[in-house]
Amino acid sequence: MPVKTMVEAIRETLADEMARDERVMVIGEDVGTLGGVFRATEGLQAKFGEHRVVDMPLAEGVIVGAGLGLALSGLRPVVEIQFLGFGHQAFHQIGQQVARLRYRSAGRHSVPMVIRAPFGGGVRTPELHSDAFEAFYAHCPGLKVVAPASAHDAKGLLNAALDTDDPVLYLEPLKGYRLQRDEVPEERYVVPLGSSRVVREGADLTIVAWSAAVQLALQAAEDLAAGGIDAQVLDLRSLVPLDVAGIAAAVSATGRAVVLHEAPLTGGFGAELAATIQQECFYDLLAPVHRISAPDTPYPLAGIEEAYVPSRARVVREVRALMEVAP
Amino acid sequence: MTRFTPPSEPVEPLRILDSSGALLGETAMSDAAVLEAFEWMLLTRTFDQKATSLQRQGRFGTFSSVRGQEASVVGAASALDPARDWIAPQYRELPAILRHGMPLENFALYFMGHPRGCVIPDDVNILPIQISLAAQLPQAVGVAWGLRQQGRDGVVTTFVGDGASSEGDFHESLNLAGVTKAPVVFFLQNNGWAISTPRAKQTAARTFADRAAGYGIHGAYVDGNDLLAVNAVMVEAVARARAGEGPTLVESLTWRAGAHNTADDPTKYVTDADHAAWEGTDPLARVESYLRRTGALADAGYAEIQARCVAEVDRALGVAQATPAPGAEALFDHVYAEPFARFEQQRAAWLQMQEA
Repeated sequence: MPVKTMVEAIRETLADEMARDERVMVIGEDVGTLGGVFRATEGLQAKFGEHRVVDMPLAEGVIVGAGLGLALSGLRPVVEIQFLGFGHQAFHQIGQQVARLRYRSAGRHSVPMVIRAPFGGGVRTPELHSDAFEAFYAHCPGLKVVAPASAHDAKGLLNAALDTDDPVLYLEPLKGYRLQRDEVPEERYVVPLGSSRVVREGADLTIVAWSAAVQLALQAAEDLAAGGIDAQVLDLRSLVPLDVAGIAAAVSATGRAVVLHEAPLTGGFGAELAATIQQECFYDLLAPVHRISAPDTPYPLAGIEEAYVPSRARVVREVRALMEVAP
Repeated sequence: MTRFTPPSEPVEPLRILDSSGALLGETAMSDAAVLEAFEWMLLTRTFDQKATSLQRQGRFGTFSSVRGQEASVVGAASALDPARDWIAPQYRELPAILRHGMPLENFALYFMGHPRGCVIPDDVNILPIQISLAAQLPQAVGVAWGLRQQGRDGVVTTFVGDGASSEGDFHESLNLAGVTKAPVVFFLQNNGWAISTPRAKQTAARTFADRAAGYGIHGAYVDGNDLLAVNAVMVEAVARARAGEGPTLVESLTWRAGAHNTADDPTKYVTDADHAAWEGTDPLARVESYLRRTGALADAGYAEIQARCVAEVDRALGVAQATPAPGAEALFDHVYAEPFARFEQQRAAWLQMQEA
């Protein structure tokens, strides 16, 4: 089976889907001639023409809002927001318009669109690019939010996102775009929205993560194993829908849970998970659910981002401390 | 040639019908078409009056009257073909969405707070009423652009107010429409007020229509209380869009004769002098007078139209008032096309909670 990077998987899936379904259209800033600042859409305009792969004026609000209109007209737009950090300029269209149009029209208008946005840090971007504000969007009823951690899932989740008639925010890890490489089947397949996966089996505790944090969790698990702690790693893959049953089963099996993300602590999606785990697994828990996150500060300039994003050593340290909590 | 644009001269809006109902130029509207438009205008006025009275009695929710803007809205809508064209409304365009096929009882239910008011029949090409100002404009451009991409006939008309034109979505949308040449008409109703903020505090531009030039699209400035002029401008804008010649920004200069909505008190900010400037500009009176001059309307005909309007308003409000109150299950309807386990569990729990 061929091994691909995440960005390759995304690019090839877009090409396959555009070839398969002429309703699929790609719009965004710099997605055409340049092929996207991360080259996720490279070659698509040459292949499908400038009417299906469109370089848009620099305005996130109208990119998303026009995408909504394209979806209503019968097309299946894939909208690229260059960095989720600039999603603020489109937040009203995403959270207030796209997410609830179906509700506001009593089912008359569904919004089958995918909004792709790279997010998260660790690649020394300029200021304001790296925010991991997935929790904002998971809080918007009507919107689905997915965050693949592997090239395999990037393809399967993108296909699932294109298949559903609901709008999907599809988050791509800046750090994982090229670093993450794994096996991607050639044929079309779907990773169902709302299905988590156990990436690493382990008996002592469960680390729940998504996107780039999954690799971090796996690396920490190696270090922990060397010290005799057997960590299970659960990749959420999808924030909305949330695989509550999968999370409960994973945490109940180990009795301890760590939620790992690089967004700030307060109101982060880790809070949602901690509450869910507490409710679902209360009698199996041997220690409080622990969150490892960024601090409640803005994403810093590149010079100190390593102090901001959770590190491998920090995960190891905090997991060890959690293991010492007596039941 | 100077390097700076000089102050611009005042400009007059296009007018075909003077305030006494006399023709100042030619019209392509037949008497039958004007009569039909007049009936939509009168229906709206009748609804406004009835709904305001019910609102005062506590039997109807807060709503925004169209009073004073009937020629503007109907004149715009009369250029559209409901079978293929789309409307992306704001919230003060009742006759336009009615003419496009929205049942009056749904509109009433919406403003009575009933979820069934959100129902848009499957064959009716409108977006929901928009409360978040200007948010419908990017969507209108997208629909128009998408129709053209697919080789489908259809022009999208989106309504926006003078206040909403200060929003970023307004500027981003006109810009994108210009770039894509989407078949969209931006119909800006300058009714003098954004709640209490007067037009003069909204923009320093000479007219809102002037802004079209900055986006490289066509602009038109029309007397919004003149049905014939609004129709003429819109017919041209729609034809141009349909022919692939791109978008138009129409500024319809009108007057909000009433309050912003039933919760508003314009006596706090609209002066007698403000009103005096618009004395005698009631668009219904102007059209009625015109139709009486052409002989298309006499007392008997007027009475018939009036009776039909009253009957329709009574019927719709009757249906709305007889609609059973919504149950809690409606909270969960139409949120997702494909709901999932956690959502369905919440729905079940909510219903159980209501029954307890």
